Amino acid sequence: MDDNVILRVGAKVLIPFILLFALYVQFHGDYGPGGGFQAGVIFAAAFVLYALVYGLDNATRVLPPSVSYACAALGVIIYVGVGYVTLGLGANFLGYDVLAHDPLHGQHYGIMFVELGVVTTVFGVMTGLFHAFADRPRPRR
Amino acid sequence: MIIELVDIAILVLLGVTGLTIIRLRNLFAAAMMAGIYSLLSASLFVVMDAVDVAFTEAAVGAGISTVLMLGTLALVGHQEAAPRRTAWLPLFVVSVTGAALVYGTLDMPPFGNPDNPVHQHVAPHYLEETPNEIGMPNVVTAVLASYRGYDTMGETAVVFTALVGVLLLLARGPRPRWTRPPGSWWALAPEDEKESKEEEGDARG
Repeated sequence: MDDNVILRVGAKVLIPFILLFALYVQFHGDYGPGGGFQAGVIFAAAFVLYALVYGLDNATRVLPPSVSYACAALGVIIYVGVGYVTLGLGANFLGYDVLAHDPLHGQHYGIMFVELGVVTTVFGVMTGLFHAFADRPRPRR
Repeated sequence: MIIELVDIAILVLLGVTGLTIIRLRNLFAAAMMAGIYSLLSASLFVVMDAVDVAFTEAAVGAGISTVLMLGTLALVGHQEAAPRRTAWLPLFVVSVTGAALVYGTLDMPPFGNPDNPVHQHVAPHYLEETPNEIGMPNVVTAVLASYRGYDTMGETAVVFTALVGVLLLLARGPRPRWTRPPGSWWALAPEDEKESKEEEGDARG
């Protein structure tokens, strides 16, 4: 898509706002609709748009698939890690009350970290899936 | 009244979209119609006040799934062969299943009734105690990440497993340098360099 000027410029304008919107969805999930799953998908959509408009080679340079795979695994580790931290602090697995002096603050911290794990995994999985599908040689026909 | 009209309009559009997908032979158009189907479903969820679900459906169903489907079509071709004969048996199976599902809904309590069993079990506790126990306005997030945090951990692991499965099937990476020698299920031996290079050459040519 080298000669589609409108598409290239349009994507360039849109991508930062898509990323910003993903962060808004992530951190506003406590107050409105949204959360880790949606934010991860929207964050990944920005990279998919970049790959569609600027080509897979450039996208791979921006985000190597190994980073995607690492993110996918890291998110699960963060999530389970929160569970083990609460376990170590003497509460149930994923019982966030003990994460701060005030149980309500502990719940906020716990949910924030858990959602961070979710968004990391979903982002890594979505970009990794897209790369796995897009990086196949086209069959000769 | 208005809500009912919106419901009917969306459901009719859903039906039309589904029938169109069946009739289409161009798979690119079918993939785009599937995206529209997801977007209509998302609108239906909004009408039912399930904004979090609608959000997910719009982002995953209409966004990423469509892109993945288009990526698949780029590999497998985009024209479906015309069927040679009418598939009566699948039509029969689908009709019977659909009729059974509709029959199953006849017993269901009316949508949104506060006396429904689903609103009598743990839901009142979540709705009443979330401000005291979790302290955040969005009850959906409180249930998802705190009350049912264990389930969400499983979901995250499932999403991760999906990537692992796709990578095992599709990923192109460097060949492993260590391989299992024939006849042994436990030992790993360095791969024969020359042989592997020849194989790579074959794969390229």
